[in-house]
Amino acid sequence: MADLISLRGIKRHYDVGGEVVRALDGVDLIINHNEYISIMGPSGSGKSTMMNMIGCLDSPTEGVYEFEGELVHEMDDNQLASIRNRKIGFVFQTFNLLPKATALRNVEVPLIYANISKSERVKKAEKALLAVGLSDRMHHKPNELSGGQRQRVAIARALVNDPSILLADEPTGNLDSKSGVEIMKILDSLHDDGNTIILVTHEEYIAEHADRTINLFDGKIKEDRQTKKRKRVVA
Amino acid sequence: MAKQSHLKNTIKESFRMAIESIRQNKLRSILTLLGISIGVFSVIGVMTAIRTLESSVNSQLDIFGTNTFMIQKSPAIQIHGPGNNKIRKRKNIRYAHYEELKQRAKLPQQVSVVDGTGERNIQYKDKRLKKTAELSGVDEWGLRSFKTYLADGRNFLEDDIRFYRSVTILGPDLADILFPFEDPIGKIIQIKGLDYTVIGITERKGQAFGQSQDYFVMIPISVYIQRFSSRWTSLAINVEAESTELYEKTMDEVIGLMRVIRKVPPEEENDFEIISNEELMDTFAGFTGGIKLFAGAVSVIALLVAGIGIMNIMLVSVTERIKEIGIRKAIGATRRDILTQFLMEAIFLSQFGGVVGVILGIAGGNLVAVLLKVPAVVPMDWAFYGMAVCSFIGIGFGIYPAWRAANLDPIESLRFE
Repeated sequence: MADLISLRGIKRHYDVGGEVVRALDGVDLIINHNEYISIMGPSGSGKSTMMNMIGCLDSPTEGVYEFEGELVHEMDDNQLASIRNRKIGFVFQTFNLLPKATALRNVEVPLIYANISKSERVKKAEKALLAVGLSDRMHHKPNELSGGQRQRVAIARALVNDPSILLADEPTGNLDSKSGVEIMKILDSLHDDGNTIILVTHEEYIAEHADRTINLFDGKIKEDRQTKKRKRVVA
Repeated sequence: MAKQSHLKNTIKESFRMAIESIRQNKLRSILTLLGISIGVFSVIGVMTAIRTLESSVNSQLDIFGTNTFMIQKSPAIQIHGPGNNKIRKRKNIRYAHYEELKQRAKLPQQVSVVDGTGERNIQYKDKRLKKTAELSGVDEWGLRSFKTYLADGRNFLEDDIRFYRSVTILGPDLADILFPFEDPIGKIIQIKGLDYTVIGITERKGQAFGQSQDYFVMIPISVYIQRFSSRWTSLAINVEAESTELYEKTMDEVIGLMRVIRKVPPEEENDFEIISNEELMDTFAGFTGGIKLFAGAVSVIALLVAGIGIMNIMLVSVTERIKEIGIRKAIGATRRDILTQFLMEAIFLSQFGGVVGVILGIAGGNLVAVLLKVPAVVPMDWAFYGMAVCSFIGIGFGIYPAWRAANLDPIESLRFE
């Protein structure tokens, strides 16, 4: 099978007040289907830029980005929006749910932009919420849900369009440890179901859930190692 | 995967968002809507009012008989201004003018003469009038020129005029007051203390401009001139053409003759006015046209201000929802999706305001109809224009905020707190 993601010589430079900030400075990376990767590094190492780059929110200043054979670095805004919609699921540290919408509605939104009919949207959204164990909280708004539940809504939203990859940016950063464990369990089982997951974190114990850890420093990959294989649940 | 039209989906979604955002910011939205509503209200209200006026006035201005016009010294509707002195200095129209015109004119079917004044001192036995009635002096053609018909009795005869007979025809309202329980025909009433025999009662006409058209008394013009005229009296002459085809020609002949009779030098304007149903309606239309133009100008300003209000509120709305825009972009909204969403919201906002304005405007305009006791009017065309203008305002003033929202950077927006 072809590589899921291939980054070759990716650079992302910002011009801040006449000074060039090299957020990413020549990154080469191959990500395969069903990998479970954590990206680590200190503040300012380029984690977020890397995340935005892989998530097609940002375009490289230089380099080649292939996503399932499509050349992302050549895409315009509309194509990037489409690829984010169809192939990428985001989970953010601060959940980033629409505050005035119910859980069900929040999960429906990506499907609206994918032009799916109302009845089908509801069906798929309900299924996704059921998968994260929230079928009884579907009609609650985010402020009526706990942090862990909110993050589970966000995961359901990320998964509802059957993306090729799940990008989780500090998914447990705003949660108490118990909720954090729950969320990590969900991510682990999603990986076991065949999903590709990229995790950005600065917590070692979170990174340990992944099979592969990439360490960034000053916009470059300092270390790329296979971590211990979690015990696979084979059906 | 069941796909549906992208536009339909976006519009539905935008409509939902618009409702939500209006519900969440009730006061703010209502104030914004109010601006639009007032603008639309003023235009629809004035147009509805004018239309009810027009429809009632035009039927009320239809006072002359078919193919009939009137010659008198002053215009029917006088506007105060520098021209007034000139009109006052004109020679009065005297009975001799009428007689000469009647004798010399070939085309008219008939030429008649009329004048009127107010008179309160009218009584029958112990019954007196409380309000001043209109007293007209007419000839045998008087009823016909004013499209009035007899309900009972007879018309004036040529001899009544020639022999100065003290006879009178009463309007039904006046007859009701003087003769509540009796047949008036043949009875003798006193006008200014002198006796007149009632020879006829006219048919009921109803009201015009809120006033009874049936509260009058008519006497022969000869008697009128003898007893009620003064040196200020200027008569009116009614001319009826034989047919519609001959109407213009007849008018030309009569105007020419009047100029000769009144010795108007060729280079000068007529020193008399021609009044007809058409002329009355034209005058009124000119008058309402001015109001329409003024109302239009005021509404344009009001709607412009309302549009700026919408733009302001949309800019606030975009700033408040930067984070939301970021989230939506991250999960796949394109620029066009965001643009449509905010544009729709602006359009819906102004449309809601427009609907309220149209409803209030039609209601307010028809209040005039109720006051004038005329049938209500629903100006569908103006309602439609109003709503169309609202859409334009929504688009015109919503496009910039929507464009700003659409071009926000997703990463920056997501970071926004």
